[in-house]
Amino acid sequence: MNKRQLWYALGLVVVLVLALGAFPGVTAHAADPTPTPVITDDQVNAVAHTLYCPVCENTPLDVCGTQACAQWRELIRQQLQQGWTVEQIQQYFVDNYGARVLAAPPRKGFWWLAYVVPPLIILAGLYILYRSLKQWYHPRQATTEAAAPRADAAAPAEDGAQDEYLRRMEEELHRRS
Amino acid sequence: MLAYIGYGALWLAFVLSLYAIGAAVYGALNNRFEWVESARRAAVLTWPMLLLTAGSIIALLVTNQFQVEYVASVTSRAMPMYLKITALWGGQAGSLVFWSLLMTTFGSAVMLRSWERDREFLPWVIVVTMVTLAFFIGLNLFVENPFARLWATMDGQVIKAVFQPQGAMPFTPRDGNGLNPLLRHPGMIAHPPMLYAGFVAFVIPYAFAMAALITNRTDARWIRLTRRWSLAAWLFLSLGLILGMRWSYDVLGWGGYWGWDPVEVSALLPWLTGTAFLHSVMIQEKEGLLKHWNMVLIILTYALVIFGTFLTRSGVLSSVHAFAQSAIGPLFFAFIGITFALSLFLLMRRWQDLKSDLRIESLLSREALFTFNNMIFVGVTLVAFWGVIFPILSELVTGQKVTVGPPFYEKATGPLFGLLLLLMGIAPLSAWGYASAKRLGKLLLVPAAFAVVTVAALLVAGIRSLWALVGFGLVAFVGYIVAEEFVRGVRARMRRGESLPVAAYRLIVRNRRRYGGYIVHLGVILMALGIIGTHFFASETQATIPEGGKITLGRYAMTYDALQQFFAPDGRHVARAIVTVYKDGQPVAEVHPRRDFYLDSQQPMTIPGVRSTWLDDFYVILVDWQPISVEGATFKVYHQPLVGWIWIGGLVFIVGTLVAVWPEPDPEERTTARKKPARTRRGRPLPRSARA
Repeated sequence: MNKRQLWYALGLVVVLVLALGAFPGVTAHAADPTPTPVITDDQVNAVAHTLYCPVCENTPLDVCGTQACAQWRELIRQQLQQGWTVEQIQQYFVDNYGARVLAAPPRKGFWWLAYVVPPLIILAGLYILYRSLKQWYHPRQATTEAAAPRADAAAPAEDGAQDEYLRRMEEELHRRS
Repeated sequence: MLAYIGYGALWLAFVLSLYAIGAAVYGALNNRFEWVESARRAAVLTWPMLLLTAGSIIALLVTNQFQVEYVASVTSRAMPMYLKITALWGGQAGSLVFWSLLMTTFGSAVMLRSWERDREFLPWVIVVTMVTLAFFIGLNLFVENPFARLWATMDGQVIKAVFQPQGAMPFTPRDGNGLNPLLRHPGMIAHPPMLYAGFVAFVIPYAFAMAALITNRTDARWIRLTRRWSLAAWLFLSLGLILGMRWSYDVLGWGGYWGWDPVEVSALLPWLTGTAFLHSVMIQEKEGLLKHWNMVLIILTYALVIFGTFLTRSGVLSSVHAFAQSAIGPLFFAFIGITFALSLFLLMRRWQDLKSDLRIESLLSREALFTFNNMIFVGVTLVAFWGVIFPILSELVTGQKVTVGPPFYEKATGPLFGLLLLLMGIAPLSAWGYASAKRLGKLLLVPAAFAVVTVAALLVAGIRSLWALVGFGLVAFVGYIVAEEFVRGVRARMRRGESLPVAAYRLIVRNRRRYGGYIVHLGVILMALGIIGTHFFASETQATIPEGGKITLGRYAMTYDALQQFFAPDGRHVARAIVTVYKDGQPVAEVHPRRDFYLDSQQPMTIPGVRSTWLDDFYVILVDWQPISVEGATFKVYHQPLVGWIWIGGLVFIVGTLVAVWPEPDPEERTTARKKPARTRRGRPLPRSARA
């Protein structure tokens, strides 16, 4: 084989590769002699569990009983067979049916608020608590610390042996006996 | 005829409630008590009127009067009698009538009590309860009329109207649409009424709170008067939630009991603020503190009660456009806004008068821990509220709906619920007023050691999930403290010669509030056990198997023995699988998962077959079936460890609340009763003038 023939052969290979690349289905069959992987119901449900039925009210896709949802689960099975990742499948559903198919809002744009507000509520609560305690908290002076806690029939005192409620109960029982 | 009787009674109830509002306000402002008394009678009279209204609807439902639009939309001939009766609350119009019936029932019960000592509250309690009632009756009269009939117009259309439109002829369908299959369950008898009763009963403490604000009675009298109402409301709401969880587990066929659905969360919200309220009122009763806070909590609870009803009734959850199209949504929205603003205005007006010199001497005192508990409850409420309204906000702002599901709620509220569990253990050991860390630490040492030993044992048993171990540790810690409270009390009584059952019984009945509370805590712990078990250790699998085929899940297995198909007399086509459940290779049960297809509404229902023990549930769903058995049937099976403890805990929880709510004489009334008034020889109290 001379140099020119070598170039022709190389060019043919490139053209073939490019041609097969343009038809991924052909590539898959031609290049992958292994059979289509078997996808179990559990694998389908694991993905469907992360999605919500696009047409029902608040129903996860893995437990939705409608015919439409059965078809969507079948679609997930096919996508898994084709080697799609969970993220790709989720994105497919979001692209086709909107963000409501996800179990939680996507972390972008306005929807970030869903995640930002709860910690802000907690922080605001902590701040209010701090301000309130600063106003209300008057620690007992050391001289009075040893004093007995306020008598209270409906609450246990601090020391189990001196439980005020039990003491009163025993007194009552003693009077009766 | 029956429809017109009900319709007339509904109008009368509306007029009476409006009269009661007017007469009560006039009487209160002009010191004319006879007007207030007249208002009270009018308010009480709304009860028989609404009873007649609801009775008419039930009579229409059970006699298949399909010419009435409501009857045709929620019943069918094949439905059993009990479901026809419960269809009263199965649709929009009927459920609003039911709300009103409960409101007037509770309102009338309050009106009929002795008001001698609290006369100044009466007119304003009448106003608040009757305004709420008039609003709901108004919705029925002007928007969702349960007595509207079907009429065929000249151009062949079927329309609904109460009275015959010109040129239209009465139209009676041969059969009704039937109740939504999801609602065709014995749970329908108890779950919605309990939830509604909980919602409505919270109006009573709110009414007293508003009366206290208007009359400037800043003491804890309104709290003492409504303590049992608050507890009863909380009991109903708790029962409603627990029954709803069970219904979901039994009927919805997804192996779970709580899906953080917006409707579920909207019922949980007033329960959360109500729980915070029940704890914080103790501080006002004991120490005269947190008066503002209690007002805020009861105002929030009332607003959330109406908000919960609004969410489920306005259509806003399905779409903001549905909300805008329905007249009921904007009306609800306006009512919530106006009542909330008015309540806050009244609170602001009395802000100074409600001020108390709150002094917390120790951050570990009971009042400090109760304050933390309240902050967390309100924190959970706000976070959950945000989760419920966020999809609506998203649709308004971006035009796109989003789902806020379990991942959001579990992450946002899970740690807060854990903290609440911890506080539930520590707070009862802390003293009112002053508690030192040293003493409290001493009391907590043994329970903490017990928790550590429990966690260590679980580690040895092979449990590696960090959060599950934290959860079980908390359950052990709090469980020990609650159990110790009972053991100490019972032992003390037994030392005086009482037998164990007598000592236990007397311990509880002598202080129902305290021990009722502990029993409720015990219920929460048991429920927590079930929640941890199902959340961290549940497993599932699904497969299609032929007859005689087998599915294995952990130590369990099931075989598909046969499929039976038949028509049930109530209009269902039933496909029922016979499944044998094996544990460790041994047959332990036969279960019958099935799919019911409702012919009238053309909807399927999946009813699981469940083998339950105190340790776990094996839950089988018939996902699909093949009539010729070539490919067999598809089953989804769940293993739910410890799920039974949720129902056992729920039962204990309810028993505890019943113990706490059991009627006892008002301690203040008891004190008054000791000073017996002069009596005549026949024992009748002398008139006031004679006593003087």
